[in-house]
Amino acid sequence: MVDQASSVRLSAITKRFPGVVANHDVDLTIRPGTVHALVGENGAGKSTLMKILYGVQKPDEGTIAIDGEDVSFASPTDAIKRGIGMVFQHFMLADNLTVLENMVLGAEKLHGIGDGAREEIRRISDRFGFGLEPDTLVEKLGVAARQRLEIAKVLYRGARVIILDEPTAVLVPQEVDALFENLRELKQAGNSVLFISHKLDEVLAIADDITVMRRGTTVGTADPQTVTKHELAELMVGDELPSPATEESTVTDVVQLRLDGVTVTDEFGRDLLSDISLQIRRGEVLGIAGVEGNGQTELVDVVMGMRDPASGSIHLENDDVTHWHTRKLRESGVGYIPEDRHRHGLLLDSPLWENRILGHQTRPPSVKGPWINRSGARQDTERIIADYDVRTPGIDTVARALSGGNQQKLIVGREMSGDPHLLVAAHPTRGVDVGAQAAIWDHIKRARREGLAVLLISADLDELIGLSDTIRVILRGRLVGTFDPSSATPQDLGRAMTGAGEEAVS
Amino acid sequence: MTSRVQAVLMALLAPAIAVLVAVIATSAVILAVGSAPGDFWSAMFSNPLPRIKVNVVNQTAIIYISAVAAAIGFRMGLFNIGIEGQYTIASFAAASFAGAAYLSGFANIAVTLLIAIVVGAGWAGIAGLLKVTRGVSEVISTIMLNSIAITMAGYLLNRYGVHEGNTVHTTKLSGDSKVAGWAPFEPRDGQVWALALLAVAIGVGFWVLLNKTRFGFDLRASGQSETAALASGINPKRMVLISMLLSGAVAGLIWMPAYFGGAGSYGTAFQGGLGFTGLAVALLGRNSPLGMFFGAVLFAYLTAQSNTLTFGSDISPSIVEITQGVAVLAVVVAYEVVRRWRSRLEQRQVARELVAA
Repeated sequence: MVDQASSVRLSAITKRFPGVVANHDVDLTIRPGTVHALVGENGAGKSTLMKILYGVQKPDEGTIAIDGEDVSFASPTDAIKRGIGMVFQHFMLADNLTVLENMVLGAEKLHGIGDGAREEIRRISDRFGFGLEPDTLVEKLGVAARQRLEIAKVLYRGARVIILDEPTAVLVPQEVDALFENLRELKQAGNSVLFISHKLDEVLAIADDITVMRRGTTVGTADPQTVTKHELAELMVGDELPSPATEESTVTDVVQLRLDGVTVTDEFGRDLLSDISLQIRRGEVLGIAGVEGNGQTELVDVVMGMRDPASGSIHLENDDVTHWHTRKLRESGVGYIPEDRHRHGLLLDSPLWENRILGHQTRPPSVKGPWINRSGARQDTERIIADYDVRTPGIDTVARALSGGNQQKLIVGREMSGDPHLLVAAHPTRGVDVGAQAAIWDHIKRARREGLAVLLISADLDELIGLSDTIRVILRGRLVGTFDPSSATPQDLGRAMTGAGEEAVS
Repeated sequence: MTSRVQAVLMALLAPAIAVLVAVIATSAVILAVGSAPGDFWSAMFSNPLPRIKVNVVNQTAIIYISAVAAAIGFRMGLFNIGIEGQYTIASFAAASFAGAAYLSGFANIAVTLLIAIVVGAGWAGIAGLLKVTRGVSEVISTIMLNSIAITMAGYLLNRYGVHEGNTVHTTKLSGDSKVAGWAPFEPRDGQVWALALLAVAIGVGFWVLLNKTRFGFDLRASGQSETAALASGINPKRMVLISMLLSGAVAGLIWMPAYFGGAGSYGTAFQGGLGFTGLAVALLGRNSPLGMFFGAVLFAYLTAQSNTLTFGSDISPSIVEITQGVAVLAVVVAYEVVRRWRSRLEQRQVARELVAA
């Protein structure tokens, strides 16, 4: 293993996916021993580019060169052999195994599975200040430690170029600082890091070079010493700065949804949601801010009738719907944009018109009595495709073949059908391109003007501030703060989300 | 139009590959044991005797009913291995009732079929209830229920059946309740059972249920994505129970064409093992009403025609079980390969059409 890290050069990379050209003419050069930031909005093509560099996907055009030598990766195994490693946003660790076991899994030949491996792990951990004990169970580790373990795994396999996919998304500020400390150590040891992010403050704090992506291509590079945040933001979004600008209030007096003291427990009796009380009036968007995993999913589940509360009550207008099942709720006018559209929102291998029926199996125009109304469903799918600008060759195309943004537009169109009174929207614009994002925001705003009550869960603070009439912050299953979006800043919300706000409970 | 033709060709690709693999594997086995594969294939492809043709039609019908029973479960993501037990116990109950001749003529037939349906559904319902109330995997419970059903039917038959020499059977069906079949050839070549038409009705019914009804949509949605089904408002427990009952109800009918068409009593004439054949055919036909029909024909043909091997060759008829087994195994693999290939092709096509537009 050489001490000096390799230089990586990507030239004219192009990758096409159905409906979108995910990458075109992408150029990126990572200098040895640097932290290189790749910035861009959600859907700008960063993920695709990393996957190409890590051998998960093959580029349609373009070349990858390491130390000036052209390479082609058929799989991540090839990439690892050339010293390129990647840490995904979602950790790939087995909870019931120890640090050591996770580390050697799939790399048993490197240092064995016993003391040799243990020694190597200690060496890596000490060298970079990871603080990993080889024999700890991974389930006992916190998020930050798991991330360090993932990085250590990559180093263990001999990587000199480490790709980090939005590593700070799951971390609180103090943990981010610690991570940056680790990254600097890595750099000093001669490794290079490709740091993917859309958080500009962090990028400016850690990067040596910055490459900006927009709409699938690299639009420029910047020097972190001289560039300002504003200039970077402009590079990222181009001329059209889509922001969900707040409009005048359309909040009415009619309470559409009311939760009183709702508590949800897991199978061991631990509270997942504690004593949640909130109300949403017609024409009001209530935003829920929080670091992921603080009870947002459970809140959506309990409102949608997919989970029964242990105590408390839920009212939809005047009906007590606490123990209503999802179908009855949907029939009474609740639309639902799920967090994970692939798992909860679509039948991926079914055509679009059948996906139009999903969730509307008991309502026209999809059905007539106990029968599926094929022509009705097909016609209404055509309507959604036209009104919501879903880019597809036709309604017989299977959902899987569409790009994420178009899938999401179809879901939004479907859930807005049949005049819902309440919309539960969990991360409605996650992972969609800028155009689709703006369109989805417009649709939500329009429906709100028409009197729709919206429960909006989002990790995108700008989206929350731009769309919501009121923002509540959720932390460890409790609502810990209320903010007025016209005066709140992302920083205020961030403090409350991590429990640093004055209203936080200990 | 061309895309339509293309779609059909694509659908046929996987089964074609599977059958080819099965042919090669069977030939290899025959070769390995020192016989001539040529003898085998010439016997298999020789023009079947009239008796065998009739047999193929009859067997296709009952195998097909069994396959539909399996497919109802599969479509919903349930593995009802208990079809064997469900139709064994249903056949015993139905034959006992019909033989006792409480009713006569048509009424006896109608009520007997109803009893077969109810008993089959009830037996499957036990597994369904265990799953929704106690979370017991249907795979485990139905396997156990198979043993219980077969043992129980044997015990009751022994206890209450008619003993004749070394054999025992239920009271024979009286003449006025027999359903005459249709003899396309000489009478000695046998009859095509009239109730084989049940298979047609069940096939059409299954297709309508799947593609035209709300319930069918819920069933397919649950099978495709449990999470999406839940989010769409489908009650998974209710679906499990209903589809289990439905699967068992169809299973109850499996042996009825044979009973009314010829056997006339439950005993040595009872044909066991159809439940497992049905599972294999459902896999082979990808749970599609038409696909399973071809699968049932293939299985019925191979089994019936293999009797020809007894004369004029040293190859055991059991060799076709290898053909059948390999075909099922290969089709599962081939479908997955073709599916991935198609999905890539489709994605590319979508991209192309959008760029052009």
